[in-house]
Amino acid sequence: MEIKENNPSTLTQIQDEIIEEFSFLGDDRESTIFYIMELGQKLPMLDEKYKVEQNIIKGCQSKVWLHADLEGDRIIYQADSNTEITKGLISLLIRVLSGQNIDSILNAELYFIEKIGMGQIIGSQRSNGLVAMIKQMKLYALAYKSKLS
Amino acid sequence: MSQLTEHIDTKFDVLYLRSQFPVLNQEINGKKLIYFDNAATTQKPERVINAISAYYSEYNANIHRGLHSLAERATAAYENTRLTIKEFIHADEVEEVIFTSGTTESINLVSNAFGRKFLDPGDEVIISELEHHSNIVPWQMICQERGAKLKAIPIDGKGDLNIDAFKNLLTEKTKIVAVNHVSNSLGTINPVKEIIQIAHETGAVVLIDGAQASAHLDIDVQELDCDFYAFSAHKLYGPTGVGVLYGKRKLLESMDPYQGGGEMIKEVTIAKTTYSDIPYKFEAGTPNIADVVAFNEAINFVKGLGPKSNILRYEHSLLDFATEKLKEIPGLTIIGEANKKIGVISFIVDGLHHFDIGMMLDAKGIAVRTGHHCTQPLMESCGIDGTVRVSFSIYNTLEEVSIFVESLRQIVEKWR
Repeated sequence: MEIKENNPSTLTQIQDEIIEEFSFLGDDRESTIFYIMELGQKLPMLDEKYKVEQNIIKGCQSKVWLHADLEGDRIIYQADSNTEITKGLISLLIRVLSGQNIDSILNAELYFIEKIGMGQIIGSQRSNGLVAMIKQMKLYALAYKSKLS
Repeated sequence: MSQLTEHIDTKFDVLYLRSQFPVLNQEINGKKLIYFDNAATTQKPERVINAISAYYSEYNANIHRGLHSLAERATAAYENTRLTIKEFIHADEVEEVIFTSGTTESINLVSNAFGRKFLDPGDEVIISELEHHSNIVPWQMICQERGAKLKAIPIDGKGDLNIDAFKNLLTEKTKIVAVNHVSNSLGTINPVKEIIQIAHETGAVVLIDGAQASAHLDIDVQELDCDFYAFSAHKLYGPTGVGVLYGKRKLLESMDPYQGGGEMIKEVTIAKTTYSDIPYKFEAGTPNIADVVAFNEAINFVKGLGPKSNILRYEHSLLDFATEKLKEIPGLTIIGEANKKIGVISFIVDGLHHFDIGMMLDAKGIAVRTGHHCTQPLMESCGIDGTVRVSFSIYNTLEEVSIFVESLRQIVEKWR
């Protein structure tokens, strides 16, 4: 995973990129779902050793494994899921948050989710799962922060 | 089209039927809605929707104790539905029909009111591996409370109940046998008459969960000789929030009330209450009057379709066509091919998760259900964590089945 520049606008830049990409898809739900699934297929494989019970995110309908490593003051996230849609969703979160420093992750406002109309695309059940993923990613950041201090 | 027409075997006009269901006339994601989630809930014909509106617009009043005209009219309409249901399920007496909020409450009523009174420590309750959670959890709860044991009839590889195993499970300690008439996940039609007969030989009382049967099969509680029969209005073209519990008079009279409150009393003093007779003893509080009244219209709608055998024959034409076509899709396995089924198909596709399939079908305007369908023990016994389930109703068409199969084929070819 590439380490990003220490640039406070990075989070915003990435989110704006995502918003722009999704704007090309327009209102066509089928194309949007296909696009998310394609993102899921491109998500790098998670090492089998991380696919353990303790890495499963609770609150998701599908199975999602999330692993986080600390590199300097930045967190590198890796994940996998048993469904392609969920892999696509988490790949978006990883694109925004992985490689960011701890404080940026903790303070991150993930406005792109609402801007791209994710709630309507994935429905209420999966939206709850998405919230659980974000919460878990931030919990990792919090845990590493306490470990470093 | 020739392939389609050769499957058509119907005595009613499907296009006319569809025109009575306003919700079907819409697009989802720019595509004509195809509603194949009828086992979860059926859509409602206009006459049911209008009946709810008419009740609130014209004669809304609390029932039974009112002396005024509106209350009289509301009471008459409410009790008229009870009479319609008595005839619909061929009950001996109208008092044997109790209104509940749905199948789940009907089963909870029996597990509580009957179970608490007649289950002793060491007694046994038999359910089956095919059951919906609503016919598992209430029995687990009461067995735990009463120190009774819960046992389950296994299924064979096709999704049929193993009747020989059932005979072996039955003992003189078996007090209750609770099985579904039709499986919601696999569509299996269970031999409930045989099950009831066998259970009665050892003196057990039998509850049939008829949630998935009432829209497709003839229900004759006297012919079946079941002790209790539970079903919901919303799976029978009626409103949500209404269900029925049929119970034999003797049994209902032997049970104590399930809930206390208004409606179910004869006389209340601070020291003591005497209860109403059946069915009111089990209908505490103001019931769901509007929806019970509208349920009458749903039953009349079903009656208007002619004998249930017509309905089942038409739905079987959809089932057979879909089954045949789905089997041609590479990697697809149908879960549950019981000897007798209603129009329900559960399937999995190798290499594609059921959630992904469901999302992609929805994007194409096709509503199906995915997941464990509230039958986790069944999924476990099949060694899977869920399926895609399509379930047909009388307003579905062979053209819809064709579009669905073709859409699924495209999805599987692209993503598998």
